Amino acid sequence: MSNFLNSSIGKKFLVSISGLFLITFLLVHLVVNSMILFDSTGVLFNQAAHFMGTNPIIKFVEPVLAIGFILHLLYAGIVTLQNQQARPVDYKKQHSGNSSKWASRNMFILGSLILIFLVIHISNFFWKMRFTGHELLEQGSTDGVENAYLLVTSLFIDWWWIDIVYVLGAVALGFHLSHAFWAGFQTLGLSNIKWRKRLDFLGLLYSILVAGGFALIPVWVKIASML
Amino acid sequence: MDLTLKIWRQADRKAKGRFEIYSIKNISPDSSFLEMLDVLNEQLVRDNAEPVAFDHDCREGICGMCSLFINGRAHGPDESITTCQLHMRKFRDGDTIVIEPWRACGFPVIKDLIVDRNAFDKILQAGGFISVNTNSVQDGNAIIIPKEKSDEAMDAAACIGCGACVATCKNSSAMLFVASKVSQLALLPQGKPEAVRRAKAMVAKMDELGFGGCTNTGACEVECPKNISLAHIARLNREFLLANLKP
Repeated sequence: MSNFLNSSIGKKFLVSISGLFLITFLLVHLVVNSMILFDSTGVLFNQAAHFMGTNPIIKFVEPVLAIGFILHLLYAGIVTLQNQQARPVDYKKQHSGNSSKWASRNMFILGSLILIFLVIHISNFFWKMRFTGHELLEQGSTDGVENAYLLVTSLFIDWWWIDIVYVLGAVALGFHLSHAFWAGFQTLGLSNIKWRKRLDFLGLLYSILVAGGFALIPVWVKIASML
Repeated sequence: MDLTLKIWRQADRKAKGRFEIYSIKNISPDSSFLEMLDVLNEQLVRDNAEPVAFDHDCREGICGMCSLFINGRAHGPDESITTCQLHMRKFRDGDTIVIEPWRACGFPVIKDLIVDRNAFDKILQAGGFISVNTNSVQDGNAIIIPKEKSDEAMDAAACIGCGACVATCKNSSAMLFVASKVSQLALLPQGKPEAVRRAKAMVAKMDELGFGGCTNTGACEVECPKNISLAHIARLNREFLLANLKP
């Protein structure tokens, strides 16, 4: 096992498997968040947030998700550092744009931007919902003064630059995913000439859906408040 | 054609290299890139200067000996060819051409534009072979191999080991090379008995020699003169992961 994890493919296996797990998480996350769009009274979103905060299965998956994030960050960092050492002298001139996509060459930078966004995002919502304001999630309805829907929408309405941060975060995520989707399967060996095209297409659809969906929510909330 | 050449000069492995600028005149657009360098070297010899050292052998695009990173691309601006098949008509009169050696930890510069590609031989020695008895020739039809499999194995076997994949990869990864060598054997029944040992040994050697890991940018596939597909890297990943599941 230690031999496996010391190998380049072994490390990338962990980046890939944790990445694909995070990809499924993002879809669940987007479905829950989209409740904000479908119900402007906020009841639907609050019920979803209440479910996510209290359901035992979700409670069990939560630490697994945290481990997934940590593994992904840790091994992506190790792989990137090792890869940088593989070319001690750089080229004077290199036309990388001819042979590969920008996102595929800048996954670490995109990932770092997403990490910065993640810290802001967690301190905005998750931290408050789970640790500093427990009654937020107790609220299934919107009767209370404090509830999850109000927390989210008021932040998006009151601070326009937070909206911009969220849109930029979604764009960075979209670019990251546009490469990550197929690459995740490729690293696991689950690709060939036929499936590469299919997975590439699915990856593009998925990244547009996820980035577009997450970017739409703050913009939607802000615009709706101004109407 | 009159050209300005910016060429990496390095006296030996340990020397600190630098770019030298050369002017060259009256080059035929129909001459090959290496012929253009031959003309430059004749000019340098006439001037009692040290000619530029570069690798070449067959000059027919099949031996994998020529290299060169030309104007930011492995084997130059043309697609699916080696440097020896590149012709000067791909450039314009008055161009400045930057010529660099392959850059990778696994490929140290020996002199000027020549790099040491012994690392590829070492990877092959670690497992890129099958063990068979060399007595009388077997009946060619004794082992039936599906056409698609043999075609794919042949595509992988087209790798000439030039190292363009390593040179162009931002991680200096040798995955496309190793993948083609593993793939050509993994696809055929003769390669099966040693599959587990082969995948483990070749990947371990590749890592040990200082090549980076694959981040699936796909640059190697585009610059490969033999158009070797990334699908072979997927197969290498599969072979390696399965090999690690077996005791």
